[in-house]
This record gives sequence, structure tokens and C-alpha cells, in this order.
Amino acid sequence: MRLLNLLKIAFKAIVLNKMRTLLTMLGIIIGVASVIAMLAIGEGSKESIRTTISAMGSNMITIRPGADDRGPARGSGGDVQTLTLDDYEVIKEKATTLSYITPIVNGGGQVINGSNNWPSTIYGVNPDYLNIKVVDLQSGSMFTDAEVKSASKVALIGQTVVDNVFPDGQEPVGQMIRFDNIPFKVIGVLEEKGENTFGQDQDDVVIAPYTTVQKRILAIDYLNQVMASAISEDDAPEAVTQVTEILRSQHKLLDSEDDDFTVRSMEELISTFSSTSEMLTILLVAVASISLLIGGIGIMNIMYVSVKERTKEIGLRMAVGAKGADILMQFLIEAILISITGGLLGVLLGLGATVFIEKFLNWPTSVALYSIIISFAVCAVTGIFFGWYPARKASALDPITALRYE
Amino acid sequence: MSKEIIKIEDLKREFTMGAETVRALRGVSFTINEGEFVTIMGSSGSGKSTLLNILGCLDQPTSGNYEIDGVKMKDLSKNQLATIRNEKIGFIFQSYNLLARTSALENVELPLFYNSKVSSEERKDRATKAIEMVGLSDRKDHTPSQLSGGQQQRVAIARSLVNNPVMILADEATGNLDTRTAYEIMSIFQELNKQGITIVFVTHEPDIALFSNRTIVLKDGNIIKDYQNHNIQSATEELAKLPKQDD
Ligand SMILES: Nc1ncnc2c1ncn2[C@@H]1O[C@H](COP(=O)(O)OP(=O)(O)OP(=O)(O)O)[C@@H](O)[C@H]1O
Ligand SMILES: [Mg+2]
Repeated sequence: MRLLNLLKIAFKAIVLNKMRTLLTMLGIIIGVASVIAMLAIGEGSKESIRTTISAMGSNMITIRPGADDRGPARGSGGDVQTLTLDDYEVIKEKATTLSYITPIVNGGGQVINGSNNWPSTIYGVNPDYLNIKVVDLQSGSMFTDAEVKSASKVALIGQTVVDNVFPDGQEPVGQMIRFDNIPFKVIGVLEEKGENTFGQDQDDVVIAPYTTVQKRILAIDYLNQVMASAISEDDAPEAVTQVTEILRSQHKLLDSEDDDFTVRSMEELISTFSSTSEMLTILLVAVASISLLIGGIGIMNIMYVSVKERTKEIGLRMAVGAKGADILMQFLIEAILISITGGLLGVLLGLGATVFIEKFLNWPTSVALYSIIISFAVCAVTGIFFGWYPARKASALDPITALRYE
Repeated sequence: MSKEIIKIEDLKREFTMGAETVRALRGVSFTINEGEFVTIMGSSGSGKSTLLNILGCLDQPTSGNYEIDGVKMKDLSKNQLATIRNEKIGFIFQSYNLLARTSALENVELPLFYNSKVSSEERKDRATKAIEMVGLSDRKDHTPSQLSGGQQQRVAIARSLVNNPVMILADEATGNLDTRTAYEIMSIFQELNKQGITIVFVTHEPDIALFSNRTIVLKDGNIIKDYQNHNIQSATEELAKLPKQDD
């Protein structure tokens, strides 16, 4: 009965002060919404990096020349020439934990078909490449080991290359193209993969036997990379150690010397990238926390002022018989109603903003439940505390002191 | 002889403001019997409001004793004082103190909101009756800003009646009213007094004091006169004697 009365009183007070209520709520709404949206962006990018990398083959292992510099955005080995075909042969022969392995040489150049011209990258590989990268063909077929041995001038191309050098919708398979003036016969088109998380177009590639690319295009005898697949994802760490041992003995490195190559499993890569996007998330959380803090200060401010300006009202209520607890309860109910409503609207706005970002800005997002709970709790607690605290002070006054308050 | 409802002994109230001490009451003693109609007079600043606030349990004396019905107010907790204010006392403030943007009816209902023994129908009922008593039935949905000073004063009076108090403490309840309205209100008080409610009425105007049975005069925080009025006037009769208003 008494509580019901207080609920009525609190509700009336809220309705009587629509503008003030709205302003208080606005602080809460914006605070909650921004935290949810920012964390959704952070979580989303983390998740999308993880799925892209997994889609690239999570048991993939890469071996690059040169010492490890732990940077995720490394080039393809640059000028370091310490990785050779012999290394590849030895690994292939000795490693027991690998199911596929291919040497890789790559270089940029122009793809030409008649008057159509397109800058792209050529990758010299062996037939294992498709299995390692988990790529299928749209049409045609992969070159054979025999074609690798004979350094045949055959190539497979990605969809972007198809679109640019065969703009008329011709069937590419069987056609001749030139890469840096070397003629290649197109024998297959790779399945379309789209952009990866890092914005690289995975379809802008030409694939040819590594022998052909080494001799005819790049004129080198070393490798840019060796790529392999562990038998299973669980074998990946073991494979890394094995390959490292094989290469160290092959390169005749002393115990005191560092590796002159880098072996990485996809797992490691995932964690490297995850930690980068973790940084991004932390940054976003920092920004979100600031807006939550500002929202909290806004709530504090308005709640505090609203109680202060109603000290006279508090005095009157006490004068006609309200107990301290009644006053406290009234303001607490008010603060709870405002905070909860504001918090819920904030959650809705945050979710709305997330959908907007996903749809119209094409950023990957993922709403984390904890972000909803934390932001909601922070705003509700600030609102309730700063509604309660000044009300408690006012309700401890003598009625006449409160009434005389200007 | 009827029983003592209010008893104060050597009541003092001092206000300290920095180094300065204002002695608003310097040792006031009196008793008021149940059913009395007492007016308290005195010049501005003589301590009338200060005294009334203490009688209404809104303020605490610096020293001295205050008993209602034989109960020492000093011994009561804040919550017990709140209950006394809620159930026993009707207080009318010098400056009305109505809730802004709240209808007259709801203002009158206010004390009953804090009395859990009163249901919401009873609350509405009693508030409507109290509003009727002060003649504001047609204005009960108006907010204070839509009411004249005298009408606001009458809302405040209705609010003091709504909890069926045993005593009503009025601080210049006719201070801002013309003679006619003042007499109308005095007749309400006389009516309530006849029903047995004790009334303590602070006023500046000597003609208002004529409606009470006793007058206490304060000067600089001391009682300088305390006398019975043997020739009580009836406010209703005085009202009839006033020249008719020309409309
Ligand atoms: N809260 C307060 N703080 C300081 N001084 C006060 C306070 N309340 C009252 N006083 C002082 O106490 C004295 C008595 O004040 P009080 O309000 O009781 O006068 P009053 O007789 O009601 O006057 P009036 O007829 O003008 O209403 C005054 O000098 C006033 O300044
Ligand atoms: Mg006064």
C-alpha cells in the first residue's frame, strides 16, 4: 500500500518533469548505446579475422627466408635468398607430419590478352597448392607434376583477372594470355574467394608451375616461401618443430646461431592477428568508457540538481508526515525508473546502430552480451546512486531546514 | 477542567550564523488546553513562526520542554515525529507551500499518501470533502499557479484539515487576504474549533484575535501578555455585517 503510493508519487514526479527526465535519460541512452556499438565493432573485426584465417586453412604452415620479425604484415621474403629448392626437397622428404607441400615464388607483372591489360601477381607453385590453400576450380583443371617438371607455360587465373582481361565474357580456359610478355595457356579458373579481412583481393592472382615462374619470369633460383599443410590441425605445432629441425641441420646452423628462416603455423598467425584486433578492441573500449563516464557525469549532474531543486518539496512532504525512508524510496524509485528506461532505450539504440554499421558501412560487427550488461549496469548504478545520495542527505534534514532551502 | 494538550516550559531557540547568535525564543512557557482557540500576536521578527514550527514538530528547540498529550517530544525519534505530524497536526504555512504543477485536490491529498491506514478511495473522498469545506470545489483541478493567493491559502487550509487533526497550527493563514475572505476563513476555523479541534493561530491583526478565546503576545522572543478573551466574536456574524460587495 505504502509502496504503491510511493510508486504513484515517483511516477507523477517523472511525468511532471518530462524535459529533465528526458535529459537524464539521454545521458544514459547515449552512454549505453555507444559502448554496445563500439564493442560490437571490436568483437566483429576480431571474429572476422579469425574466420578468414581459418578459411585459408587452419593447418597451414609457412616457411619464409630470414629471421622472424614477428610482424604480421611481412612481405614475401624480399631480397633474402636463404630458402632454396633443396630446402624444399629435404623437408618434403624428411617431414612426417606434413600432408602437402609446395614451393612458392611470386612476382608482379602485367596480364595481357589482346588489348586488355591488367596488373596482377603471379604465383609459382606445385599442384599441392590448391589443397593447402583449400581452393577449388570453377573450370578447367590444375597443371600436373609433369607440367611442373617440364616448366610448361600453363596458368590458372582468378576471377578478377578473368573480369579484366576477358571483359566480353569469353570462356578463358584454352585461351592464350601473356604475363610480362611470356605467353601462357589458361587451363583453369580459380573459385571466387573475394576480399580477405585485410582487404586483399584473393581473386587477383595468376597461378603457374614454379619452375616456369622461376626461370622465365623472375629469373631466380631461390624461393620466396614454402607452404605446407600439417596432417591435421593438432599436428601443426609438431610440424613446426620438425621443419625447424630439418632446416637448421640443412643450413648447418650452430646451436649458438639463430634461425635464418621463419616457420609459422596458421594457429600462431591467428593469435598474432587476434592480439592486434585485441588492441583495437581495447582502444574502442577506452573510447566507450569515456563516453560512459561522460554519460555518468551527466546523470550525476542532473540527478543531483533535480534533488537539490526539490529540497523544498522534500521539506513539505516531511512536514505533512513523510518519513525519511519514504523520501528516499520515492527518489530511489524515480532514479530506478529513469535509469532502467534509459538503459533499455540505450540497448535498443546500440543494437540499432550496430545493425546500421553492419548494413550500410559494411563493417563486421558482433554484439557481445557482456557489453550490454556492463554498460547497462554502469548507467543504472550511477543513476541510482546519484539519485539516492542527495535524496538521503535531504531526507536527513529537519523539515523546516529543507523547507527554507533556497 | 479539560486536559492539557500542549505544554511548553522555558522553550529556547537560538540560531547560530557564524559568530552571531540570534535568540529567536528566550524561554517561553505556557499550556494550551484541548479545544482552545489561541491567537499568537507580536511584531515581525518576534519569534511567532519559530514557536509555531516547534509546536508543529517541524523544528527542534535549543533547550526547554515540549509535551503533546503528556508525551515529551524530545524523547521521540524522527519517524515518530513524522507520524505525529501526519496524524495529529494540521499545519498551515505562512507561505502556503503547495506542490507546484499539482492540482489542488492532489495537494490536499498529500498527507494521506503517507498514511498507510487510508485507502485510495478514502483519500480521494476526504480530500474532496476538505476542498468543499473551504469552498473550492469548482477549482479542485487547478494547479497553484492557476489560483489566486487567497485560493492557494484555502487549499493549504484544506490540506491541514484532511487528516482530521487534533490540532491545527496556522501561521498567518489570513495574512494575504482581504477582510471578507479573512472572515470567511475565520468562520471555518471557528466551526472546526466548535468540533473540538485545538487551534493555534499566528496573526498580526488585532481584529482576528477577537475571534479567539485567548491571545499570547510575543516580543523579542519573550511572552509579554497572555490573556483570555471574554467577548469572543463570531466570524459568521461579522461577515454578515460587512458591506455587501458590489459586483
Ligand atoms: N533559520 C533561521 N536562521 C536564522 N535566523 C532565523 C531563522 N529563522 C528565524 N530566524 C530569526 O529569528 C527571529 C524570529 O523569526 P520568526 O520567523 O519567528 O519571526 P515572526 O515573528 O514569525 O515574524 P513575521 O511576523 O515577520 O513572520 C528573526 O529575527 C529571524 O531573523
Ligand atoms: Mg512568521
